Amino acid sequence: MSASDLLAAPPAGWDEPALPGEPAQGYWSSAFAKLRHDRSAIVCVLVLVAVVVACMAAPLYARYVLRGDPFQSNVSGTTMVGGKEVAVLQQATNGLGLGLTPIGPQWRFGPYMLGADSQGRDVAARLLYGGQNSLLIGGVATLICLTLAACTGLVAGFAGGVIDRIISIFLDVLWAFPIYLLAISLSIVLINESLHIGPITIGGNSLAVPMIIIGLVYVPYVARPVRGQVLSLRHSEFILAAEGIGASPVRILWREIFPNVFSTLVVFAPLMMALNILTEAALSFLSIGVQPPAASWGTIIHDGDGLIYTRPWVAIAPGIAIVITVLALNILGDSLRDALDPRAKVRLH
Amino acid sequence: MVSTILRRLAHMLFVMVGISALVFLIFFATPGTDPAARIAGRNATPATLAAVRHEFGLDRPLPVQYVLMMDHLFITQNLTSFVNRGEKIVPEIVEAAPVTLSLVLGAGVVWAAFGVLVGLLAAAFKDTVIDRALMVFSLIGVSMPVFWLGEVVNLVTQSRLHDTLLFSWVPTLGYVPLTQDPFGWFKALVLPWITLAVLYIGIYGRVLRANLVEALQEDYVRTARAKGLSARAVLIRHALRCSMISFVTLFGLDFGALVGGGALLTEVVFGLQGVGALTFHALEDLDLPMIMATVIYASFFVVISNAVVDILYAVFDPRVRAR
Repeated sequence: MSASDLLAAPPAGWDEPALPGEPAQGYWSSAFAKLRHDRSAIVCVLVLVAVVVACMAAPLYARYVLRGDPFQSNVSGTTMVGGKEVAVLQQATNGLGLGLTPIGPQWRFGPYMLGADSQGRDVAARLLYGGQNSLLIGGVATLICLTLAACTGLVAGFAGGVIDRIISIFLDVLWAFPIYLLAISLSIVLINESLHIGPITIGGNSLAVPMIIIGLVYVPYVARPVRGQVLSLRHSEFILAAEGIGASPVRILWREIFPNVFSTLVVFAPLMMALNILTEAALSFLSIGVQPPAASWGTIIHDGDGLIYTRPWVAIAPGIAIVITVLALNILGDSLRDALDPRAKVRLH
Repeated sequence: MVSTILRRLAHMLFVMVGISALVFLIFFATPGTDPAARIAGRNATPATLAAVRHEFGLDRPLPVQYVLMMDHLFITQNLTSFVNRGEKIVPEIVEAAPVTLSLVLGAGVVWAAFGVLVGLLAAAFKDTVIDRALMVFSLIGVSMPVFWLGEVVNLVTQSRLHDTLLFSWVPTLGYVPLTQDPFGWFKALVLPWITLAVLYIGIYGRVLRANLVEALQEDYVRTARAKGLSARAVLIRHALRCSMISFVTLFGLDFGALVGGGALLTEVVFGLQGVGALTFHALEDLDLPMIMATVIYASFFVVISNAVVDILYAVFDPRVRAR
């Protein structure tokens, strides 16, 4: 907080003088000021922006560097290495010399810089395209999860009584259900047949399937703390005051309670996205997430599973991408919590 | 006290019914899909389909179907696979359970020990380089997909450094029963234990550090300091003891969740034929009855272990007991 900040004119609508020695600052602007001085938070945001930009640039890489389609198998293709033409899939040299080994990493900017997978597809290009899907699924699943959790938590905590009991039991069931088993049960039904709900048809290979599944399974993680917070706000004086002046329940929920819960949701967002990206990778690794030929970081690790001893980078590279992204999200989540929720009400696990 | 326990048990039963109903609805009542075709597996003959329809009462009302499913799972336990013909499912699960238990028990010992160590060290050296380094490593551990870590461990110990002194002892992937060869059991499981434990060491180290830092502000800690106890005694005998309550609760919950399916990825990567791997192979074969059974059994295990944790918590913590 610099002197000029203290001397600056109060924001519009501010009609009471600040207490002496205490800067006039709102909740969000003070949190933002804290974040701006948090070096690790800034680094994390930059890392995340870099990851997103790199993944968005996937078509550029495919078009101008690879000059090929990373979704088509390329078993008989060739590439230039040191001025010589080399097959992408080479006859194996170890063991009995049976089978084909894809070309290894070239470690320079160009085609096959991270090598090829067992179908001769460029790993670097798939990594970038896969990142798009991983980030998209992680992001949308987070939105689904937070929206559902906010709705159920707000309604359960505010309505109380029978409605609260019913929602709470449903959350308890979902909470006790092992995450991976629930996801497996849902995806085995959804992936092999397309789902028809009224006019909407969701195909088995649609990205919407993992989005919905991952968005659903973590709802209790967020809904339970939100419900608890609403319960404690429910009987506070400002709600009583709002009721006293005749505000409708919807207005109280939306204008009085929701703003208080919102910061909790903001703190949860990066943490849930980190968890969702890890879950997406796990489901795709079990081949019940993103369906081929589309890629995600998890499916590439799955593809690299069979090549782990010969061409380990196929599996290692996407893992590093996951660790970097998830780590940045987790650190950002910690910083957000320090800035928005100093008493640390939100705790994953 | 007794009423607390009874209430908790009633809640447990309620959640079990809820979970079984949810599983039933997912498998039998997803709109627009044919459960018979799904249960019978790929390329089923019309005769098999008819048999499935009869066995699960698919032409009868949903409540009847639900009762039939529960009957096959728990009372007659005669659920058979349609993919691997004649394979009885419940005995398969019973056979796979010791593998999963061995994996999770060992990992639990590793992560409890190292989690306490990390938390204690970080709290003792709060705001120093040691604290920061430990917390960064914990966060990296939390951010790693366990199956990827397992593959990297396999790459190093099975291939790249397998011929060096460091990892020449590592056996090929797979499980060795404890009763057959205790040392072989240990050798086969020690790397999976560590791999599975990494995530939890990170979580527990962070949680314990936060709890300890909080506890060190409390009045009873000030009293202990005022009595002239050493810093170590205050940290371990007073602050840690109180923080262990939430640590132990968390441990019980995570242990249950891991036995009930959470260890699936570790089992698959290390070729351990536990309940999780059973589920995974059933998934590959589209063996629905097997998946249904593992899902129900595993989630019931989780629910029961959660209830046990809560009851133990009530028994041991005087503050809860008094309520």
